[in-house]
Amino acid sequence: MSVDIDTVKRVAKLARLAVTDERAERMQGELNAILGFVEQLNEVDVDGVEPMTSVVEMEMRKRADVVTDGNKAAEIVSNAPASEDNFFMVPKVIE
Amino acid sequence: MSELISLTIAEAREKLVAGDITSVELTDAYLAAIDAANETFNAYITVTGDKAREMAKASDRRRAKGEVGVLEGIPLGIKDLFATRGVHTQACSHILDNFKPEYESTVTQNLWDDGAVMLGKLNMDEFAMGSSNETSYYGPVKNPWREAGSNSALVPGGSSGGSAASVAAHLCAGATATDTGGSIRQPAAFTGTVGIKPTYGRCSRWGIAAFASSLDQAGPIARDVRDVAIMLQSMASVDEKDTTSVDRPVPEYEACIGKSVKGMKIGVPKEYRIDGMPDDIEAVWQQGIEWYRDAGAEIVDISLPHTKYALPTYYIVAPAEASSNLARYDGVRYGLRKTGNDITDMYEQTRAKGFGDEVRRRILIGTYVLSSGYYDAYYLRAQKVRTLIKRDFENVFADGVDAILTPATPSSAFAIGDEEMASDPVKMYLNDIFTVTVNMAGLPGISVPAGLDSKGLPLGLQLIGKPFAEEELFQASHIIEQAAGKFTPEKWW
Repeated sequence: MSVDIDTVKRVAKLARLAVTDERAERMQGELNAILGFVEQLNEVDVDGVEPMTSVVEMEMRKRADVVTDGNKAAEIVSNAPASEDNFFMVPKVIE
Repeated sequence: MSELISLTIAEAREKLVAGDITSVELTDAYLAAIDAANETFNAYITVTGDKAREMAKASDRRRAKGEVGVLEGIPLGIKDLFATRGVHTQACSHILDNFKPEYESTVTQNLWDDGAVMLGKLNMDEFAMGSSNETSYYGPVKNPWREAGSNSALVPGGSSGGSAASVAAHLCAGATATDTGGSIRQPAAFTGTVGIKPTYGRCSRWGIAAFASSLDQAGPIARDVRDVAIMLQSMASVDEKDTTSVDRPVPEYEACIGKSVKGMKIGVPKEYRIDGMPDDIEAVWQQGIEWYRDAGAEIVDISLPHTKYALPTYYIVAPAEASSNLARYDGVRYGLRKTGNDITDMYEQTRAKGFGDEVRRRILIGTYVLSSGYYDAYYLRAQKVRTLIKRDFENVFADGVDAILTPATPSSAFAIGDEEMASDPVKMYLNDIFTVTVNMAGLPGISVPAGLDSKGLPLGLQLIGKPFAEEELFQASHIIEQAAGKFTPEKWW
């Protein structure tokens, strides 16, 4: 399978990465090289094989459903590029 | 001063216990060495000198009171991937500009609880994506090793390039590192140091910037097997904050060093004998086999038939998980923000400016293989092949093999700016061909220096163990270390 330039742009959009035409073209080549490389997996017979979900055989540990942390809004927004009154600030989304 | 920095962790511990030196003296010696050499190597991106001296003083005070942790007073470097409270933590990415976490990773907290001293944060490939440390936003790291008779700069490997270079150049006593496809073992091999990727689940991943969650594991890089065992003892723990950390006691790793390997079965997989492998690597592998035979181990030829599919599987699974993990970097909660026409444009501009080429490449691949209509063909198939790769190892271990001996890397360190690698991402990916299988199966793997190639550069051998058999790896890798000796670069800086 190889990707065309429109697919590269569509995937970049899905991934929220701005791309120029020139970059999209370069990425098309790189993507196709990598997809060509992984193509060899098609020769493996995977009939009846379970997909791996965890490398370690273990039951998922669950913690008690209780509040263990909180009341630290100021710490949570302390690294935000823009915040006000302990809220994250974003460009206007509703007109 | 320079004598102090040449001490291993175990040697420094002995002198600290005897009262011959203090942690403050040891820490000052390292800070002086960093001050003199870091510009050359670019191994540290932040040096926390004041904090280091404070921690060293506190350690000396604890020692005076008889409170002595397993790493009491030992100065360490920390890979930039680990969250360190109030200190630069950016995974060497532009997108985390100015990020200083309000919390501490579990692994580093374990180290501080055991008395260690932090010297600073170490350079790495951006988000641990790379095999040469060249994808770092902060520029490449230089390997303290150079080819005999040459002044050209070589890469220290990656992604833990700063960790490996700082250990080899004696700019820290030991360093934390992480390994998703070979990022501890490959740089260790390139710098003549020892690195272990423990079993998946042995170290908590909490507070480590996530790359590929089902593969990432933390581990140490240090100067010899004993030091690595001492460090892992402290780093490993079960952690409520990471549900994939495994609830089993951490053994006394150091105690197994020096035990005989008589009767141990060492497997040698034929699939690791790849086309075009340099003669030097073949020779060092053969030498390793001889050392084990001489030490009384039984050598058995084994087959791991799905080996060749590990790397292509990795390049589906790892980017898929990365594209999901890196979705959180959106210019809202932390790090860089670039303004845009609207919120979507803001996301897109921020991520395009904040991520480097390799990271963007992997996000795109990951997004593609997970996108509607392709999931089954790529991701699901890769996870099935992964089951087969793991089964290969299980079969071999079920046949009585205790550990598997392979080369660590298909070459020694290469030049910074290698054009072939730069122009072909797949060629760079081949660096991990011997290490990546271990991550796919969640097994422990250790890289130990075993000799020099004809260019005078270190080569490593890798031992792969059963799940949670780190003790056997320390026991067995000590044989290589004793036979090969230790490797220190000639000081040119």
